[in-house]
Amino acid sequence: MAIDNLGTAPAQKPRWGELEEEDDGSDYDFLLPPKQIIGPDEHGLKKVIEYKFNDEGNRVKITTTTRVRKLANARLSKRAVERRSWLKFGDAVHEDVGARLTMVSTEEIIFERPRAPGSKAEESNASGDPLAQMSKGGAVLMVCRTCGKKGDHWTSKCPYKDLAQPSETFVENPNSNPADAAGGSGPAKGGAYVPPTMRAGAVRPAGGGADMRRRNDENSVRVNNLSEDTREPDLHELFRPFGTVSRVYVAMDQKTGMSRGFGFVNFMRREDGERAIAKLNGYGYDNLILSVEWAAPRAN
Amino acid sequence: MRPILMKGHERPLTFLKYNRDGDLLFSCAKDHTPTVWFADNGERLGTYRGHNGAVWCCDVSRDSTRLLTGSADQTAKLWDVQSGTQLFTFNFDSPARAVDFSVGDKLAVITTDPFMGLTSAIHVKRIAADPDDQVGDSVLVLKGPLGRINRAVWGPLNKTIISAGEDAVIRIWDTETGKLLQENEKEFGHKKTITSLAKSTDCSHFLTGSLDKSAKLWDSRSLSLIKTYVTERPVNAVAMSPLLNHVVLGGGQDASAVTTTDHRAGKFEAKFYDKILQEEIGGVKGHFGPINALAFNPDGKSFSSGGEDGYVRLHHFDSEYFKIPSI
Repeated sequence: MAIDNLGTAPAQKPRWGELEEEDDGSDYDFLLPPKQIIGPDEHGLKKVIEYKFNDEGNRVKITTTTRVRKLANARLSKRAVERRSWLKFGDAVHEDVGARLTMVSTEEIIFERPRAPGSKAEESNASGDPLAQMSKGGAVLMVCRTCGKKGDHWTSKCPYKDLAQPSETFVENPNSNPADAAGGSGPAKGGAYVPPTMRAGAVRPAGGGADMRRRNDENSVRVNNLSEDTREPDLHELFRPFGTVSRVYVAMDQKTGMSRGFGFVNFMRREDGERAIAKLNGYGYDNLILSVEWAAPRAN
Repeated sequence: MRPILMKGHERPLTFLKYNRDGDLLFSCAKDHTPTVWFADNGERLGTYRGHNGAVWCCDVSRDSTRLLTGSADQTAKLWDVQSGTQLFTFNFDSPARAVDFSVGDKLAVITTDPFMGLTSAIHVKRIAADPDDQVGDSVLVLKGPLGRINRAVWGPLNKTIISAGEDAVIRIWDTETGKLLQENEKEFGHKKTITSLAKSTDCSHFLTGSLDKSAKLWDSRSLSLIKTYVTERPVNAVAMSPLLNHVVLGGGQDASAVTTTDHRAGKFEAKFYDKILQEEIGGVKGHFGPINALAFNPDGKSFSSGGEDGYVRLHHFDSEYFKIPSI
C-alpha cells in the first residue's frame, strides 16, 4: 500500500461553517476523485486507488496492490455446481430469517488424541501381561510374602505355599481379643450396648474420641498420578508387599465414576509406609510414574 | 475445527447419507421429514414431506436424482431429489427399516420389521428409469432371520445381499436364487444386536457395529473376520474413511439412561480408530446424546454425525487430522 500525500489543499477544504457538527471530514468525499480499480492483470495483480482525507484534512491517495489468486478448485462436478443453484423446496422455502437452523459451533472442537503420538509401542506392550510388565519396571516388586524371596515368584505361585504358615489376614482391629467376645462386662448393665473401646480389655489410647479420626490419617500414604484404570484392589495388591494395609481408598469422581488419579493407603505400621514410599515413589505403574508421599494431615 | 450444527430435526437422528459427489447430505430422523443439506456450509436445501412415521434409512442414487427412504409408517418412498416430490410409494405390511440402491440403481433392497405376527423380510424391488413405469412388486423376498434386520446392502456386483440385525448374525444371500449363501462364524461374530453396517468404497470389505461394544471388519466375499475394534460403549453407528485408514464409531449409553448420568460419563464421542492397528487414534466430542448416525464425505475431508439430541454436526477436518501418522 502506498500513500501519496497530494499536499495540502486549503482551497478545496470547506470552511468550518460549512461543516456539520458531527462531521469529521468523511462527508465531503464527493470532493475526491472516484475510486479506481485496475486489474487484475495476467499475474493476478489488482490495483485499487482511493482518495481520502487524513486526520489533518490533507488529501491523500492510497494505492492498494493485491494479488488475486484463484483458489485451488474444490473439485466439484458440473452436476454439483448446478445443484448449488437449485431452488429450495419443502420446509426450506419459507424458512424464517431468524430460524438459524445452521450454525457454526461457537466451541472449538479438537480432535482429541488419546495419547501423545509416538508412545504407541509402549502402550501395546503394557496391554500384554500386566504382571510381567510390573516385574520389568525398575524396582524389584516381586516379593513373595510366604517365603520372603524377592524377584523370583509371586505369592500365589510360591512353591513353599503349602509348607508355610498362612499369611497374615486382613485384620481390621488387632486389639480385639477373646475377652471382648464376652461383651457386656464393665460398667454397662446387661443388654446395653458397649462400644468396643469401652469394653474391658480394650486398649484405650490417650486422647480418646479425637483419636478416632486420627486413626484414618495415621500412617496414611498418598499416591498420586494413578492411571484411570487403577482400582482399590490394584492398589492393595501393589502395597501389600510392604506390610499390613489397613485401608485403601481411590478417589472417584462422583459424577463420572472415573478415577481422579490419586488414592490413599494406610499401613498398620509406620515403617511399612516408609518402605513403601522409598520403593514406590517414582515407580512406573501402568505407564504412569507414581508419586508416593505421606498424606498431609487433614486441616481440621 | 468448528463443526457446523444443523438443527432441522425435532427428534433423534437415525441415518445420514452423502451423495456420491459429496455436495449433498441427506438426514433421516424420527420426525417424519427427511432433509437434504448442502454438505459444505450446512445450508438446508429442502425437506421431503409425506412420511407419517419415523424415517429409519435412506439412500440416494448415484446420479443424485432419486432418493429412497424407508419409514415406520410401513412404506418406502421414492423421491425426486431436486423438487422433493414423491414419485412412488412402496407399501408393506410392517415398518420398513433399511434401504439400499444396487450398483446401477436398477434395483433396491428394502427390509421390513417383524410386526403383528409377520416375520422380518428383505424385499428386492426393481426401480424403473421412468417413475411412471414404476411398479410395487417385489422381484425377490428373502425371509429367515429372526428379529429386525437393521441393515441390508448389496454385495459386490449386485451378486449378493449382505444383511445384519437383531440376531447378531451377518448373512450373505444370493440375489439370483434367493438362497442363503453364508452366515458368519458364531465364535467370531457379534454377541448382541448389529446396529449399523458400512461398506468400503470398493465394496471389498464392510464394517459392522454392535451393541456388544465392538465393531468388526469383514471381507465382503468370504465373510471372514478381518479386524475387531473394541470400545467401551454400545456402537450405534459406524463409518469408514474413504481417504485414510480410519474407522469411526459412534454410540453412547442407552438413551433411557442419559438423564441419570453426567454428560461426561455418557461418552457421546465419535471415536476414531486406525483401521489396521485397531487402535484408538482420537475422538471428537460435541453431542449431548448418543450418536445414532455417522457418514463420511466421499472425499474423506469431512464427516457428519447425527445424535439422539436431534443435531447433525458437520465436521470439516483441520489439516492436523491429515498429519496423523499411520503405519
